[in-house]
Amino acid sequence: MDALLLVLAIPLLGGLLLALWGHREFAAELNAAVSLLTLIAACWLTAIVVRDGPLLVWAEWFFVDALNVFLVTLTAFVGFTTSLFSRPYMRVERDHGKMTPPRMRLYHSMYQVFNGMMLLALTTNNLGILWVAMEAATLTTVLLVSVYRSAASLEAAWKYFILCGVGIAQALFGTILLYLAAERAIGGGDTTLLWTHLARASHQLDPAILSLAFAFLLLGYGTKVGLVPVHNWLPDAHAEGPTPISAVLSGLLLNVALYAVLRVKVLADGSLGTGLPGQMMVGFGLVTVVVAAFFLSRQRDVKRMFAYSSIEHMGLMTFAFGLGGPVANFAGLLHMTVHALVKSALFFAVGHAAQKAGSQAMDDIRGLLKVSPTVGWGLMLGALAILGMPPFGVFASEFLILTTAMRELPWATPLLLIALGVAFAAIFRRVQPMVFGETSLRPLAHPPALLPVFIHLGLALMLGLYIPPYLNGWYRQAALMIGG
Amino acid sequence: MSLLLAQSINLFAVVLLVLAFAMIAQRRILTLIHLFTLQGVALVAATLVVAHLTGQHHLYYSAAVTFALKVVLIPILLHRVIIRLNVRWDVETLFNIPTTMLLGIVLVIFAFNLAGPIARLSTSIAHGTLGIALACVLLSFLMMIVRAKAVPQVIGFLSMENGLFFAATAATSGMPMIVELGIAFDVLVGILILGVFMFQIREQFDSLDIRHLEKLKED
Repeated sequence: MDALLLVLAIPLLGGLLLALWGHREFAAELNAAVSLLTLIAACWLTAIVVRDGPLLVWAEWFFVDALNVFLVTLTAFVGFTTSLFSRPYMRVERDHGKMTPPRMRLYHSMYQVFNGMMLLALTTNNLGILWVAMEAATLTTVLLVSVYRSAASLEAAWKYFILCGVGIAQALFGTILLYLAAERAIGGGDTTLLWTHLARASHQLDPAILSLAFAFLLLGYGTKVGLVPVHNWLPDAHAEGPTPISAVLSGLLLNVALYAVLRVKVLADGSLGTGLPGQMMVGFGLVTVVVAAFFLSRQRDVKRMFAYSSIEHMGLMTFAFGLGGPVANFAGLLHMTVHALVKSALFFAVGHAAQKAGSQAMDDIRGLLKVSPTVGWGLMLGALAILGMPPFGVFASEFLILTTAMRELPWATPLLLIALGVAFAAIFRRVQPMVFGETSLRPLAHPPALLPVFIHLGLALMLGLYIPPYLNGWYRQAALMIGG
Repeated sequence: MSLLLAQSINLFAVVLLVLAFAMIAQRRILTLIHLFTLQGVALVAATLVVAHLTGQHHLYYSAAVTFALKVVLIPILLHRVIIRLNVRWDVETLFNIPTTMLLGIVLVIFAFNLAGPIARLSTSIAHGTLGIALACVLLSFLMMIVRAKAVPQVIGFLSMENGLFFAATAATSGMPMIVELGIAFDVLVGILILGVFMFQIREQFDSLDIRHLEKLKED
């Protein structure tokens, strides 16, 4: 209980402190320190949940079980490593005149509030508060995406706000419908929207209302997940915002939105009992994977390309959770973890590379291996990992998803394989000249932070070769909870 | 008396819907803000009636919050924005109004069909209005799509929020208080951010035309 309080309070207090001191010289270190404290608190919380089982505290307002505690740790971990990466990265941006002291203050403060809101969204038991926290996370990232105040970043932020505003409004309508169904089954009141109460009574919820509510919620939160056809904001927001923000958007926010979908899927499954929610997710996931793979090959901006790769992978996870069953859910959860690790590592490497080249256009980034071999290797290994090369963890999860698909939905397998093949060709063809080839890049004023890149890739490698038993048990438990 | 009051909810619902249509067709930005304020008034009145009839006390607070936010604070903010941006008397050329209106009618029919089976299951006194609430939400979507200027787009966004609040009141006699407060807070912060954005967009592009914001496209 204390651990949970710390997990939620540290980022928000940190955001407050950084709102005062975010422009000072030590702000980047303070930011990293706050993120480290959050990570420690998250590990403590995890230890408690692993030892004592699910945690239901503060008049049942907060609920931590195997499913969300692993996302809490992942969020805190990537939040911490990104703050390490952001330290030298944002200093270079400041030296280039893109960041002024007030902008630095806004950036640091919003970074922490954003983390806090994601953690609140993950741990709350109330589906209404989940919505509020998701919307608040959107608002903070809108500010972060527009922090450079350039024409392109303003455009991206405006598009992000309007599209996600519309999306999240649909999720609110879905939540209202859910409340309507719950009011009929278990009576109205402050506790009606608590997920644990809804899950207990899910078989009493009216199927007609729940199917409509799930459709709205899937489309609404799906906008934030980046599902096609409501994905348009994602490439712009990733490409135009600061790179640390691209890393946390891809690695964390998309996961949190998918988590929200999973929570309501459990309720819809319990009420409908027909597998319709799963089928809807399979459909959306499949379309997303295929469309994103074909868009990948047309990109010229490196951050846009990896943003499309995120859409593709989120589609794959949605597909896996849609299939349901212990194996596909396990694979989906594993894919969530490794994708978050590898994609944020890639954005770290890409950020440094783009700063060296002074451009995000892939044609301008050449021969990284000659100027700074570590950035080059980070990018190469990261690209291989995200493309699903063994022995990285992405291979393991994609393999599991594909084999399950072969058994359950044979017709979908060739589509997935073609999409993965197209994505491989598109990304590898682009990354290869960026890493090898002749160079005209210049060294950076501040030494790049490459430790996070290799920690992430190392963890993804470990998950590909060997999943520790406690982690394994934890994934299994969470996979059972999602059911389907 | 209570029958009359119950029917007045339907009256307010219709007022909301008519105002949503009026907003789609309105060219002048100043009038658009007035229409939005009126929509807020209708929403507050509907909430008060539901609160009185059901005896749910938290709905009075909800009505108070809506009044403060949608009738007082946000319209004042919008007025200040359009004065400072000097677009108070702006007239927008709109894409074919009759076609848009016809599209709107199609949306209303669609919303009624979607909400019909569910509204029958609701035990709330105002359950018949769920379809209208959904129609308001969809009409606001339509408005956001067809408008090319920043201020009308934002008003469309806010009017969508009105529709959602009305859905919450009409179908379920109000969500839990804490959730409503959270939603209101998010809306307020969102509108402040959008307001700041409008100034920055003007600074960058010398115009509030969203059509300038179409540079980021696929090659």
